[in-house]
Amino acid sequence: MRVLGAFLHDKAPISLTVDLSEVTYVDDFGVLVLVQLRHRMTAQSGSFSLINISDRVREILALLHFDDLTEKAPLPRKQISNIFVRLGDASLRHINDFRYLTSFTGSIFLAILYLCRHPRSLRTEDTVLAMQKTGVDALPIVGLISFLLGLIIAFMSSVQLRQFGADIYVASLVSLAMTRELGPIMTAIIVAGRSGSAFAAEIGTMRISEEIDALFTMGFDPTRFLAIPKIVASIVVVPLLTLYSDVFAILGGLVVGVLMLDLTANAYMAQTFATLAPFDVFLGVLKSAVFAFLISWIGCFRGFRVQGGAAGVGEATTSAVVSSIFLIILTDSVFSIILRYWG
Amino acid sequence: MTTKRQPIIQVKDLVARYAEETILENVSFEVYEGEIFVILGGSGCGKSTLLKHLIGLIRPYSGQVIVDGEDITHANSQGSQGLLRKIGILYQSGALFGSMTIAENVALPIQEYTDLPSDLVPPLVRMKLSLVQLEGYEDYLPSEISGGMRKRAGLARAMALNPKILFFDEPSAGLDPVTSAGLDRLILHLNKSLGTTMVIVTHELQSILAVAQRVIMLDKGTKGIVAEGNPVHLRETSRNPLVWRFFNRQPEESAHPA
Repeated sequence: MRVLGAFLHDKAPISLTVDLSEVTYVDDFGVLVLVQLRHRMTAQSGSFSLINISDRVREILALLHFDDLTEKAPLPRKQISNIFVRLGDASLRHINDFRYLTSFTGSIFLAILYLCRHPRSLRTEDTVLAMQKTGVDALPIVGLISFLLGLIIAFMSSVQLRQFGADIYVASLVSLAMTRELGPIMTAIIVAGRSGSAFAAEIGTMRISEEIDALFTMGFDPTRFLAIPKIVASIVVVPLLTLYSDVFAILGGLVVGVLMLDLTANAYMAQTFATLAPFDVFLGVLKSAVFAFLISWIGCFRGFRVQGGAAGVGEATTSAVVSSIFLIILTDSVFSIILRYWG
Repeated sequence: MTTKRQPIIQVKDLVARYAEETILENVSFEVYEGEIFVILGGSGCGKSTLLKHLIGLIRPYSGQVIVDGEDITHANSQGSQGLLRKIGILYQSGALFGSMTIAENVALPIQEYTDLPSDLVPPLVRMKLSLVQLEGYEDYLPSEISGGMRKRAGLARAMALNPKILFFDEPSAGLDPVTSAGLDRLILHLNKSLGTTMVIVTHELQSILAVAQRVIMLDKGTKGIVAEGNPVHLRETSRNPLVWRFFNRQPEESAHPA
């Protein structure tokens, strides 16, 4: 083709005739060569013709629409309109999202109210299963991460505190930091990654396989049926996980205290208990319950909003985790500010 | 059949829109009690959209859908709850709940909407499953059975509360001819023995000729009904090229000449 092209370029013939008498078969690559030649000739405003085409070749050319292949422009796709239209589209989408979010949140509160009045309407089996998946199955990873976190905090702070001979305050620092802030946050982030994503993926998959439609047309309220067991399970289990995480973090700190700072386990624990007020523990538990609600709420919401196919489920999962983590941090700062001015 | 031509579903001047795109325009038709009614048409003509309007999943842009004397376009949630129990829907993929066994899937509406003592539920579920020749598969998960079985299980669940109307979304899509013919026979059998009204959305020609008593044909171009009547009659007599091509399985003119 390159040789042919160079030839056409150099000689610039006015007309080109291709003799196909020896050609018994042509595939689409062969046709491509012919199309290119014709294209070059028309570009040079020359003429192009084929002669001696066998029936077989003619059939193939017809099948590939050789005669009008280049003339038809591809169908214009809608999309890509001007920036204002796209801006408007995006705004509308966000408004719709927000409207849905509002009504979804409303339906959750209604469902919770209903649940308070009819406790037996809770789907117990689903709730227990969600508790197991969110809570019990997370025990190893939450334990390990909290233990290491306690270890790190103790290790880093001991380097500083040792200079002032304040070794014993490592215990205070670890216990206070973990129960008030890091325990709830770390646990919530792990739960968001493990379960928030799972909620979104599960509900999203049900959405695209018409299971949500089926629920609705069978007269079930999808919120009550799918979201409430997950939300209730999370609110029950995540605070427990947080307490468990606190214990493991303190253990991590204890290991550093005993092995590196020559503290006795007794002294370390005594200092821990002296530091921690019941309110600190309560605050951590309260925060984690709020985080649990946010994670399960946003996870279910993203799931219900899934559109399209498998890619939609992926997007929902990602955005469930990202929004959960954002909401967790945001809420935590709100808590800090409230406590600063209130306590 | 002439004895009871009571309309059970009435659609009046239905307009369906997604965002700014009009899918259906001024569609009106009636479905009579006890008949097998098929909504057909080529891909993208709005069959499934129409079905979703009939079962209340989508509110119409304008117009009325009256099912069993109740206007579902204005029904409040209480009213439509009662109505939803009168209809059963077989979704394209069966839409069984993946985390529950077949028996639990079928038992779900029974436990929720009836006061049946819990020890009577399993035998009833078994009866429903035997209706679709699935007895013995109670404890299987939907993922463990074949596509045809999933559809039949979905049908058993749709019939759990003895609905007056059964809706089918593409019942033979993705099934081999034998299984698909079996499903057709099952539909006919259920219609005859239980007198259930059946509304079927499909473009499976053989299936239509086998089961349908009356059809409406939708078309993408006109955004509405292009033909109505008995399928065999339509095939023989219709002069509308759209209808003729559909029933005689002919491609559009612009497609490759023979």
